[in-house]
Amino acid sequence: MATHTIRVTINGTPYERAVESRLLLVHFLRDDLRLTGTHIGCDTTHCGACAVIVDGEPVKSCTVLAVQADGSDIRTVEGLEQDGKLHPIQEGFWQEHGLQCGYCTPGMMMTSVALLGRNPNPSEPDIRHAISGNLCRCTGYLNIVKSIQYAAAQLR
Amino acid sequence: MIPASFDYHAPTSLSDAIALLQRHGDQAKVLSGGQSLLPLLKLRLGTAGHLVDIGRIPGLEYIKEEEGFLKIGGRTRESALERSDIVRTKYPILHDTALVIADPLVRNRATIGGNLAHADPANDHPATMLALGAEVTATGAKGQRTIPIGRFFTGIFSTALAPDEILTEIRIPIPPPRSGGAYVKLERKVGDFATAAAAVQVTLGSGGDIERAGIGLTAAGPTPIKASDAERFLLKKKPDAATIAEAARLAAAATSPSADRRGAVEYKRQMARVLTARALTRAIERAGGR
Repeated sequence: MATHTIRVTINGTPYERAVESRLLLVHFLRDDLRLTGTHIGCDTTHCGACAVIVDGEPVKSCTVLAVQADGSDIRTVEGLEQDGKLHPIQEGFWQEHGLQCGYCTPGMMMTSVALLGRNPNPSEPDIRHAISGNLCRCTGYLNIVKSIQYAAAQLR
Repeated sequence: MIPASFDYHAPTSLSDAIALLQRHGDQAKVLSGGQSLLPLLKLRLGTAGHLVDIGRIPGLEYIKEEEGFLKIGGRTRESALERSDIVRTKYPILHDTALVIADPLVRNRATIGGNLAHADPANDHPATMLALGAEVTATGAKGQRTIPIGRFFTGIFSTALAPDEILTEIRIPIPPPRSGGAYVKLERKVGDFATAAAAVQVTLGSGGDIERAGIGLTAAGPTPIKASDAERFLLKKKPDAATIAEAARLAAAATSPSADRRGAVEYKRQMARVLTARALTRAIERAGGR
């Protein structure tokens, strides 16, 4: 069994761990580090529930090996709230009812945070394009779009 | 789902990567963006004893015009193609293609070299590269060689690459003036493979006749299909509705799709015809023909 030592920074905290070659990033986050805010949905690269931000870009952590992330800066949903204050995207999902069951929410929010980092003033089509790899089976997306618009206005 | 065990290598030079491929032979697989390979290993549709990750080798991600070609590094991400100004303004067929590959999150990892080397006939870049008359650079122990895209796909999931070669560059001839292209894909939802898709690149002569036409079809047979009869038919023709309809009919006749949950054979062949007509119409418009 091949293992490798990796060093990653997650939500500002450096970690060093030995991982098996085949360990997926999402299992590393959830099982090794107990950062269970990142969800496993379809596990087949479709749903985006497992989305995290790696070096500024949202990716599906079920389709990245932990060893591939060696040296990366990773942001997960646990890093959004700071000192008891919700991130504007969290506030947006709360204010605009952007979730019902909540399963897709961590991935949806991380994709949104990455979008707003790149484009502080996205149009509705920009938002819908950005979240087209994140599936929600509850909301019909309307309130998710409003939540992201809310966060965009707060952040501007 | 967890893949079967493998060893992982992260070489930092092409020569080290090639040496690893040579040492491990058919036990080795090249890992680029991993967006096809990792799902395949997770579903255990395939296994690999050794993954050679080319992600840490410098100099494999670029998009630049040089020596009469648009040169694209093999590990260039789909998201980089999608956001590239030169691709959007001068190679709209490639911009169309990048926009419909999987979804935006996948495109942040997926690479153009991986899309071609994986040689899934339902992947989108192969048809586009056939339409553009591209060539690929393979780098191996004996140096580099150039493979015309028409000879690259040798069968389902197989290519002309030797086991110890890495696809390091894609070269697209810079289109002459009055050229245009389009990629039109029918998919059930964002992120799905094509039910059918057509890539068309044309160049018009000074009198408005079609001077060159390239047509590639996705998910239309065991390999990406080059619709040669339709391409030949278009030469020296006025790009009118009757010409477009006949070229689309010839393109559909070149397909041999298989039935699956995306549709029956007859439906897919009809869609190849309809999409070829749409892509051809858009390509002619973009070439300034109408």
